[in-house]
Amino acid sequence: MSQTSNTTVSTGGLPSRRNTELAMLVFAVLIPVLAYANVGLAKEETLPAGMLGYGLGLGLLAGVAHLVVRRYAPYADPLMLPIATLLNGLGLVLIWRLDQEPGITTDSLGGPMAPDQLIWSTVGVALFLAVLIFLKDHRILQRYTYISMVVALILLASPIIVGEEINGARIWISIPGVGSLQPGEFAKIIIAVFFAGYLMVKRDALALASRRVMGVYLPRGRDMGPILVIWAISLMILVFETDLGTSLLFFGIFVVMLYVATERTSWIIFGLLLSASGAVFVANTNSHVGLRVHNWLNPLENDPPGSGQVTETAQAMFAFGSGGLFGSGLGQGYSRLIGGIATKSDYILATVGEELGLTGLMAVILLYALLIERGMRTALAARDPFGKLLAVGLSGIFAIQVFVVAGGVTGLIPLTGMTMPFLAQGGSSVIANWALVALLLRISDTARRPAPAPAPSLDAEQTQVVRTT
Amino acid sequence: MNKPMRRVAVFCGLLILALLVRVNWVQFVQADDLQNHEDNRRVTIERYAHPRGDIIVDGEPITGSVETEGSDFAYKRTWTDGEMWAPVTGYASQVYGTTFLEGVYDSILTGDDDRLFFNRTIDMLTGEDQRGGNVVTTLDAEAQRAAFEGLGDNKGAVVALDPRTGEILALVSTPSYDPSTFAGGSGDDSDAWDALQPENNPDDPMLNRALRETYPPGSTFKIVTAAAALENGLVDDVNENLDYPDPYILPDTNDVELPNQIAGVCEDASIREAIRWSCNSVFAGLSNDLGNETMIEAAEQYGYNEELFVPVRATASSYPEDNRPQNAQAGIGQASNRATPLQMAMVAAAVANDGSLMQPYMVDQLVAPNLNVVEQHEPDEMSRPMSADTAQQLQDAMEYMVEESSIDTSSVEGATIGGKTGTAQHGENNEELPYAWFISYAMTDEGSPVAVAVVVEDGSDERDQISGSGLAAPIAIDVIEAVLEGENAG
Repeated sequence: MSQTSNTTVSTGGLPSRRNTELAMLVFAVLIPVLAYANVGLAKEETLPAGMLGYGLGLGLLAGVAHLVVRRYAPYADPLMLPIATLLNGLGLVLIWRLDQEPGITTDSLGGPMAPDQLIWSTVGVALFLAVLIFLKDHRILQRYTYISMVVALILLASPIIVGEEINGARIWISIPGVGSLQPGEFAKIIIAVFFAGYLMVKRDALALASRRVMGVYLPRGRDMGPILVIWAISLMILVFETDLGTSLLFFGIFVVMLYVATERTSWIIFGLLLSASGAVFVANTNSHVGLRVHNWLNPLENDPPGSGQVTETAQAMFAFGSGGLFGSGLGQGYSRLIGGIATKSDYILATVGEELGLTGLMAVILLYALLIERGMRTALAARDPFGKLLAVGLSGIFAIQVFVVAGGVTGLIPLTGMTMPFLAQGGSSVIANWALVALLLRISDTARRPAPAPAPSLDAEQTQVVRTT
Repeated sequence: MNKPMRRVAVFCGLLILALLVRVNWVQFVQADDLQNHEDNRRVTIERYAHPRGDIIVDGEPITGSVETEGSDFAYKRTWTDGEMWAPVTGYASQVYGTTFLEGVYDSILTGDDDRLFFNRTIDMLTGEDQRGGNVVTTLDAEAQRAAFEGLGDNKGAVVALDPRTGEILALVSTPSYDPSTFAGGSGDDSDAWDALQPENNPDDPMLNRALRETYPPGSTFKIVTAAAALENGLVDDVNENLDYPDPYILPDTNDVELPNQIAGVCEDASIREAIRWSCNSVFAGLSNDLGNETMIEAAEQYGYNEELFVPVRATASSYPEDNRPQNAQAGIGQASNRATPLQMAMVAAAVANDGSLMQPYMVDQLVAPNLNVVEQHEPDEMSRPMSADTAQQLQDAMEYMVEESSIDTSSVEGATIGGKTGTAQHGENNEELPYAWFISYAMTDEGSPVAVAVVVEDGSDERDQISGSGLAAPIAIDVIEAVLEGENAG
C-alpha cells in the first residue's frame, strides 16, 4: 500500500469538523422545509399545515444523528450526514408533493406515501444510530465474512421463493403487518462486507497466481471459481426476479472490489466480458428485459405503436424536457402524467427534473457525486485493507446505483427497477442506505482518528528476545 | 490498493459526468422537442389552462370558453352557431387538436405567441392569468347565414369574396358539424367525434368543401378560357363571331363529338353568345387553339396549381399538362380540370374587379388581450389575369347571360348581377349526378362589393333537374343580397 500525500491521511491532530457538520445540517434541514413551504404555496397558496411538525421532525432526526456522531464517531467525515439528510428531506418533500395529486394517490396505489416514508426514514436514522453506537470498529465485521455470504444469498434468493411479482419484477417479499420489503437493498451492503472480507484474504492468490495469455493476465481456474459463481448468481437474480438493476449492481461491485484488491486490470476485462455476454443473453431471452431495451431505444414510441398510448418512458422524457433549464417550480409540474406507483419511486428524478429544472437535477446529481466522493476519500484514507475494501465497495454500490437509476430514467441506459437512494419512496431503500452511510462514517472515523500515543514498543523487544533465544 | 482505488474513483466520476451530460442533453438540447411533442399532454393542458381568445365576426365573438370540472383541462371551447361557422373556425378539441383558424392562430388564441410577450409579462407582474388574443375575421355574418341556409340539407359549398380587397365574406360547407360536440374529453365527445369520421359518415361532414375539396368546375371555367382568348389576341372582341362548328370534333380523336346542351345556337357563336348559351364547342375550340401551355399559364394567373393560404390552407386547384383532346375538354372545366369553390370565386372576383385579382384572406386583425392590434392585414393584389378592357367585356357578357336566363334577380336592388352557370359532369362515363355551379358578382356604381361561387353536389335525384341556374344561382343571389344590404346599412 503506497502512502500518499492525501490530506486526510495523517496521524496528526486533525480537527474533528463536527461544527462544520452541524452548520451543514442546518442547511440540510432548512432547504427541505423551504421546499415544503414552496409546494404548499404553489398548490394551495398557503403554508402547508404540517410544515412546523415536519420541520421539527426532520430537525430532530438530524440533531440526534449529529449528537450521536459527535459522541461515537467524532472524527467521521463531516459531509456525509448533511448530504444524506438533505437528500432524504428532499425526497420526503417530493413524495409529499406527489401525494397532492389525487390521480396517483388513490387507495389502490396505496394512498399518501409521505407519512410512511417519514416513519421509514426515522427507522433508517435509528439504524444509522445503532450502527454508530454498537459497531465500535468496522473490523469486527470481518469476523462475519462467511456468515455474511450466507445471509446475503438467503436475502437475494428469498423473493424467488416467497416473493411477489410487482411491475414485472420479483424483488419484494411481504411481511405480514410490516409491509413489503426489498431484501436486495440490504443484501447489497451485506455482500459488500463479504467481498471485503473474502478478498482481503484471497487477494494475493488472485493477484499473483495468473497466466499471461495474449498480454493479459488471466486468473487460474480455481480462483476464477468464485467469480463465475457470482456471475451465475447475478444472472439467476436477473432471470428469476427479472431484476436487471440488482444483478448489474452485484456483478459490478464484485468486479470493482476484485480490481481494487488485486490491482489486476484483467479482472475488469474479464468482468466486462462476462456481464456483457450475460446482459445480451438475457435481453434476448427475457421478454421483460427485452421490452426495457426496446423502450430505451425508442423512448417516445407509443405502445402499441401509433395507438396514442404514451409509455411511462416517454412520459418521463416529456417531464424532463418540459422542465427545461429552470423547471416549472415545485408543485407546478405535471410529472403525475407518468402515472402509477412508480412516479414516487423509480421515476422520482423526473419530478426533480421537471419542477426544479436542469439546474435542480444537476444539483441533486452533484449531491450524490459528493457523497460518493466522500466515500472514495474514506476508502483512500482508511488504514486497514478490510476498511479500504469495504469503503470502496459501499461507495461503489452507491455510485453504480445512482448511475443505473438516473441513467435509466433519463434514457442513458435501459431502465431497471431500482430506487434512487434516499430520494425515492421505498422503506427498504431508505433504511438500507442510512445503514450504508453509517458504515462509511464508521470507517472514516477510524481513518481520521488520531493514532493513539505510541506505546512502549514491547512487541519489538519481545521479538528480539525470541530471536536471541 | 490506492492506485486502483483512485482509478475506481475516476471511473465513478465518469459515470457522474455521463449523467450530467445526459441530463443536459435531455433538458437543454432536446427540451424544445420534448416540450412540444404531440404526445406531451402538457401542451394541451397549457392550451386549455386559460380561456382562449375569441374569433370575431362583425364585432361579435363566435366562440367562447367555459370552465370545466374534473379534468386536466380548466377550460373548454364553445362556438355559437358552430355548424355554420365550423368551416371558418375549425375546431379546438382537448383531445383531437386544432384546425383552421383555431389551429393557424392557436398561439395567438392561447396567448403564447411571441408577439404577445409584452402582454404576458404585464399579466405576470400584475398577477393576472394569461389571456389569449382575438382573431378578427373579414366574414359577414349575414352573408354566411344566407349561404348556410341556402345550401340547407344539400351537400355543397359557398365562397363569397369582396373583389375589391380579397376579403372572404362567406365560407360555407355543408353538411357541417358542430365542433362543440367534441371539444371536451368525455366519452360523449369521443362518440361524437367517431360519428363524424368519414368511415362512419359517408357525407364526411368534417371535409371543408369550400377550401379542401376540388370539383370539376364545368362551364364556370369558360370565363377563364374566354379571358385567355381575349388576352392572347386569339379573339379581339367578345362580339366577334368565331368559326367553331357545332358539334365540335375533339382534336386527335376518331371523330369524337363534343355536343352542346342547346342545339343550333353555338355554331360560329361569339364569346358573348357562347357564354350565354354555355357553348362547349366554342370554348373547347378556344382552349385547343390556345394550347395546353397557354391555358395552364392562364389558369395559374388565378391561383391554379398551387396551394393558397387564406391563411388557412386551401387545396391547390389543378390544370395539368395533358394531351390535346383532354386540354380541349379542360377548357370547358371538365376532364382533368379541378377547382376549389374558393378558386372559382376568385375567377369571378378577378372579372368583377376589372382584371385585378386580390389576394383572398379572412383575417383582418390579430388583437392582443389589451386590444392593441398585433397584426393588420392590408389588401394586396395577387395578380392581373386580364386587362381592365377584357374584364369589362366579360362583365358585359356575364351580365347578359344572367339577364337572359331564368335566374330571378329581382330581389337585388342597386346592382347588376353578372354570372356564369355550370353543370359539371363527373364519375366514370359521367354516370354520377352532375354538380351544379354558379359563379357571380354584383356590380354597383362603386365597383363590385361581392363575388360568389356556389357548388351544389346533389341538388336533386333527377339528372334533368340539376342546373347551375336552378340550384346554385338562388343561393348566390341570397348571399349577394345579404352583402348588399350590409353595404347599404354600413
